[in-house]
Amino acid sequence: MSNVMAVIRKELKGYFNSPIAYIFIIVFLTLSSWLFFRGFFLIGQADMRPFFSLMPWIFLFFVPAVSMRLWAEERKLGTVEILMTLPLKDWEAVLGKFLAGLTLISIALLLSISIPIAVAYLGNPDTGPIVGGYIGTLLMGAAYLAIGLFASTLTENQIIAFIIGVVFCFTMLIVGEEIVLFSVPGFLAPIFRYIGLAVHFSSIGRGVIDSRDIIYYFSVIGFFLYLSVHVVQSRRWR
Amino acid sequence: MIEVDGISKRFGPIVAVDDISFSISRGEILGFLGPNGAGKTTTMRILTGYIFPDTGTARVAGYDIFESPIEVRKHIGYLPENNPLYTDMSVWDYLEFIAQVRDIPKSERRRRIDEVIQICGLESVIYRDIEELSKGYRQRVGLAQCMIHDPDILILDEPTSGLDPNQIVGIRELIKELGKEKTVIISTHILPEVSATCNRVIIIDRGKIVADGSPDELSDMARGKLSIFVSLKAQKEDVEAKLSELPWIESFTEAPSTEEGALRYKITPSDNDGRTEELFKLAVQNGWVITELYREKATLEDVFRQLTTQDEVAA
Repeated sequence: MSNVMAVIRKELKGYFNSPIAYIFIIVFLTLSSWLFFRGFFLIGQADMRPFFSLMPWIFLFFVPAVSMRLWAEERKLGTVEILMTLPLKDWEAVLGKFLAGLTLISIALLLSISIPIAVAYLGNPDTGPIVGGYIGTLLMGAAYLAIGLFASTLTENQIIAFIIGVVFCFTMLIVGEEIVLFSVPGFLAPIFRYIGLAVHFSSIGRGVIDSRDIIYYFSVIGFFLYLSVHVVQSRRWR
Repeated sequence: MIEVDGISKRFGPIVAVDDISFSISRGEILGFLGPNGAGKTTTMRILTGYIFPDTGTARVAGYDIFESPIEVRKHIGYLPENNPLYTDMSVWDYLEFIAQVRDIPKSERRRRIDEVIQICGLESVIYRDIEELSKGYRQRVGLAQCMIHDPDILILDEPTSGLDPNQIVGIRELIKELGKEKTVIISTHILPEVSATCNRVIIIDRGKIVADGSPDELSDMARGKLSIFVSLKAQKEDVEAKLSELPWIESFTEAPSTEEGALRYKITPSDNDGRTEELFKLAVQNGWVITELYREKATLEDVFRQLTTQDEVAA
């Protein structure tokens, strides 16, 4: 575990020593507050749901931007050769990088807490859906991050890693949508519905924390982290 | 310390390493020589566990590279080719990260980092970002990184590339010092570096070992005759007549002399038995004054060129 901690700290230093982390956080907060409050005053309801329904779309670009550098940059700089010859298991490196990205996303989310505080000051919102919304957003962000991390193992170009990450996340997000379900063969529909990220997100967003949704998110995270470890490991055989 | 047993590695159609076996014991400083693309880096990457060989295996400090890769890596300090570094970290942060992953206990970490900083002369740049450092300092950071856990084995891929002559001398001294108690493998294509630092040389060409021995042994291996140079103060006709009578002289030519009034000859003997003594006796008998007499020594360059180009001609 101390190895994982060391990787987390190294990655966080990488984020916070450069302007990247600050730019991410500022852009995220500005964009989400602006999009939320623009509608908030028009509708005039103390409701956070519009905020959380923005999250799958904002995270779609925000999270792959966080994850794109994690492996791609190591390969570009050649430092992957240092990392992979340290007494570090491959899964420890992958997990450390994942958790570092998750820390950055959590910090950004934590700082957005000013939005529900403002809403609570102006009105009287339900706390259940807000807590649920945050948990759901974090889980969704973690799932996106695992996908983005996997995309980052595939290339040494950060821009390509970002684009692959967005495309994968977008696919995962929309496969459960009605419009997709109509156009696929009937027997695939329930599978697609289950795989779709959006469906699971909206049920948590309503304040209903269902173990099936939690299991779903952990499966997606586990699956893509496993794939990342696999790609990283297979490079040793090339 | 290291036993390599028949390793091969292909990259697509290219055979990078072709059935190489050798072993290295403690206290040896092994120079890995070869032209670019000969398989030096691939061999080192296999030993450090960065990549696995297709066939064969190796044992490092008693651990098999397939069975206990983590143990192998614990015993090795590795400076990869081109010295990759996390440029967005400060020197201190970087070394601290390496120390953490290298399992150096927290209580000793500071002392160890201070120690390598001092050995590598990094005191003045500890808190600078690696990005800002000159190439020489970066190289020292790379060396500090691979020594921090006081490993038994150091594998350095072109440790002096890009350094200025003073820095090169410094690094060589450091490697020699380390080689007293550790096993060191350095790869290079700079030949004087090998003569200056190594006590054993392996020359590798197109994935195969073509020579293995001490730098002196390899110099002796150089085929072809070593010329003898002699400068004399004597009658030209006399000298040339006497020289042409000697059976072991294949040919001799007059060489440009640096001394006023002296004759200088380059003598090509038909064997490699020395013969300088015989020349001296001949001079004494004839009353010639010798001002210079030496036998040319084959350098590693000669060996290297012979071994790594001869097949091409044949092929």
